[in-house]
Amino acid sequence: MMDILLAAITALLILGGAGFALVAAIGLNRLPDLYTRMHAASKAGTVGSGLLLLAVGVHAGDLPTFARALAGFFFFVLTAPISAHLLAMAAHKVGYPLCAESVRDEMKDYDKRI
Amino acid sequence: MTTAETIISYAVWLALVVLCVSFLLTVWRVIKGPTLPDRVVALDMLTGIVIGFIALIAIRTGFTLYIDIAISLGLVGFLATVAFARFILSRGNREAPKGDMMKTFTASVPEPRRKSAARRPSGTGPAVRRKAKK
Repeated sequence: MMDILLAAITALLILGGAGFALVAAIGLNRLPDLYTRMHAASKAGTVGSGLLLLAVGVHAGDLPTFARALAGFFFFVLTAPISAHLLAMAAHKVGYPLCAESVRDEMKDYDKRI
Repeated sequence: MTTAETIISYAVWLALVVLCVSFLLTVWRVIKGPTLPDRVVALDMLTGIVIGFIALIAIRTGFTLYIDIAISLGLVGFLATVAFARFILSRGNREAPKGDMMKTFTASVPEPRRKSAARRPSGTGPAVRRKAKK
């Protein structure tokens, strides 16, 4: 009974991770400009790979493996926003445009303010 | 095969198919993406999907050592994205207005050197030209 419960949790994590990866890929193709595509790639994509790593840790069933999987999960969750912010800042500073439906651009006169 | 193994096996197969579809969609964005930052975002996403593949292989084969490989791949992907961001910052915006992969490739050829090489045919250096004037 216990192993069936563990298998169900693992299967849920696997399918959830794959679903998040699929949502991220669809968002990457459907969203209008670079800055909105970054939302899909850096949030849903990171959660997808992180859930799959957690599934490995739960499936193995011993503490060291689970701790390593948890460390990997936190590593991805910490590094994805850093890289996404760096890339968005570089692209905005260089002058890649926002899409036409954008409402406001908070960083329009960022260079003049600092 | 017990019930638990059957559940895991079906879930892994379905997840492999779903990850394949999302991988192909992301590759399509890498090919199509009109600007360089679009391609960099898609490459970052590809690293995440490959980490998911490695995790699924770890579940299928039972080798938990694959977790370390996934972590190091994530580190390499993070460093690559940071390096690409620095490159975009230092390169400036010189994309063609209608994003076309071939156009950006041909635009990166250094223009002045090609022109000066075409202007001066071989055998007519400054000394030869001076002699010809006399």
